[in-house]
Amino acid sequence: MKLRFELAGAVSGIAIVCSAVAAQADVLFWSTQARPAEEAQAMREVVLSGSDIAVDYQPNETGPWLTRLQAESQAGSGTIGLLGSLHGDFAALDPAMLAPLDDLGLAASSETFNELSKLGTDTMKYIPWMQASYVMAANKKALPYLPEGADIDALTYDQLIEWSANVQEGEGRPLFGFPAGPKGLKHRFFQGYLYPSYTDGVVRTFASAEAEAAWEKFLELWEHTNPASTNFSFMQEQLLSDDAWIVFDHTSRLAQAFNERPDDFVAFPAPAGPTGRGFMPVLAGLAIPATAADMESSKAVLDYMMQPETQIATLRATNFFPVVEVELPDDLPPAVQATGAAIATMSAAEDANPGLLPAGLGDQGGEFDRVFVDTFERIVLARQPIRAVLDDQKTRLNDIMQETGAPCWAPDAASEGPCPVE
Amino acid sequence: MNARLLPYVLILPVTVFLCIFFLYPFVLVAQQAFGSDTGWSLDNFRDVVSHWKFSISLWNTLLLAAVVVPVQLALSLLMATMVSKMKRGRDLVLYVWTIPLGISDLAAGIIWLAIFEQSGFLNSMMHGLGFIDAPMNFISYQNMTMVFIAIALAEIWRATAIMLVILVAGIGLIPKEYYEAAEVFGASPWKRFLKITLPLLRPSLQTALVLRVILAFEVFAVVAALGGTLFPVLMGETYSYQFDLSNSGAAAAIALIILAISIASTLVILRALRVPKGATI
Repeated sequence: MKLRFELAGAVSGIAIVCSAVAAQADVLFWSTQARPAEEAQAMREVVLSGSDIAVDYQPNETGPWLTRLQAESQAGSGTIGLLGSLHGDFAALDPAMLAPLDDLGLAASSETFNELSKLGTDTMKYIPWMQASYVMAANKKALPYLPEGADIDALTYDQLIEWSANVQEGEGRPLFGFPAGPKGLKHRFFQGYLYPSYTDGVVRTFASAEAEAAWEKFLELWEHTNPASTNFSFMQEQLLSDDAWIVFDHTSRLAQAFNERPDDFVAFPAPAGPTGRGFMPVLAGLAIPATAADMESSKAVLDYMMQPETQIATLRATNFFPVVEVELPDDLPPAVQATGAAIATMSAAEDANPGLLPAGLGDQGGEFDRVFVDTFERIVLARQPIRAVLDDQKTRLNDIMQETGAPCWAPDAASEGPCPVE
Repeated sequence: MNARLLPYVLILPVTVFLCIFFLYPFVLVAQQAFGSDTGWSLDNFRDVVSHWKFSISLWNTLLLAAVVVPVQLALSLLMATMVSKMKRGRDLVLYVWTIPLGISDLAAGIIWLAIFEQSGFLNSMMHGLGFIDAPMNFISYQNMTMVFIAIALAEIWRATAIMLVILVAGIGLIPKEYYEAAEVFGASPWKRFLKITLPLLRPSLQTALVLRVILAFEVFAVVAALGGTLFPVLMGETYSYQFDLSNSGAAAAIALIILAISIASTLVILRALRVPKGATI
């Protein structure tokens, strides 16, 4: 009996030591991206399996992601080896929490992205990792309803509204789908698509007469929008369940629909308004916390993530596109092919009016988004008068810009000092 | 051990536990709520109260509590009286009625969402029976009454059992002699309920109401699952300040406002249902 206890003790002792060693050797990759189970699995089994250094990939919601990172930073020591998140999440951090990465010699092919990654300091605080954008997608059953003379690759907002109205008339129910749910990315539509397309700005023109017209247009579109949209967050679900035929969303939130039924859906560029075809990139980056235990291993993994082969594997796993020059293979998943082509058409359009990600807002990024979400909820859901809402929200937006001192970004005209709300 | 010291020694572990995991965090939260870059201030409170959604979420929270709690009170009184009258199968019925207690509130919200959704049970049932041609959208911004009804129903289903359990225990404590005496004098069952059960149930009612009302002000997951952002409540605003906006100060401020409302309502209930001094069961 005694021997058995001793054996059991020895075995559990060895087990504890082993797990401690294993935990020490793995670089903890703490990410807000590739969260769905299949994507996380692909990250672990395909993307990261080629790394010389063992990586423990742990995706999480932004809230818990931030909480742990801040706790480690405040404690002055940590176990997180590598961070993966969106530009906006990094921008909300104190840049001192992130180790400088210039010595790695890594960068994206876009200078704009590299500049953003400095987070207002002199050195790169994260390395651009992968990019995506927002596009439109439609069920092929909706195509016969396209207004006469409309080119799906060069739609205007008016044509989109007419199209959605035709579909509603023909099918007896509104089938435009908009991600207005709690986790939906509606604010990006207003910041990167509606405002640039109608006002050629975001902050300066927030309460302009053109903005008023933009919201009126959006109300027209809303007439033909599935009212359950306030519960929609990932439009691929509604495409697949037939609850929406024409939708707007993030490319990776449409991917499942294309991958499951590639022949049923088409992807196409966002529509254009009076001031061009507004659109906005999504940028994710990789960073190393200043408290990382093993800086060398972390940097080695980061370097691995930026290799062209890894970037292509990441594209397959997450539907986010590479940020470095790579030759794309022909056998990419249907979603990547469809949305990639739509993004290319959108960027190459003559009337393209690309916007940038909000920059310089620091930890006020969430508040900035909320101004747009609140404006939407008040104008569209609560039916408050547009002018009054814009005037009211304008003061909030102005406070944020003054507080952060963030200068204007495209398509707003450059400013000296904080971007003014006109 | 000294008999005078013993009680203190016995409650020491709990006290230490509460100090570390309740009082200390509470002090930190208060610090966050009243703190700012320039020392103590009410800025956080001013910020959250002046937001356009605050008054709506406050109103929604209070309205939900005002509708749900009385219904639950009536239901649980009815159920408790029924259970206590049962001769056989009492335990079984009690177990079944308390099942919702064992389900997390988020799960409860999701269960009711599965019922009310556009492709949910209610729609498929009504469609199957031929009442409707196409699935209806019950939970939408156009139909706020229905959103409210769905949330209220889910809350009633989920949390009535908390009051029920307390009231069943309370009814069990009432001596049978009172009822027998009342019967001898010819009191009707309704009269017996009004004149004996209710007054003698006061301490249990007090506990049940205090617990339930506090929980009602903290309602969150059920609302989040069913209403999303359509039906803002105070706890949901706290969550969105903390996690969507990373504004801990404002989140702490709303949390303290919820605490203040809870304390105020607790005091009112304690006062209204107090047992007069010297009175015993």
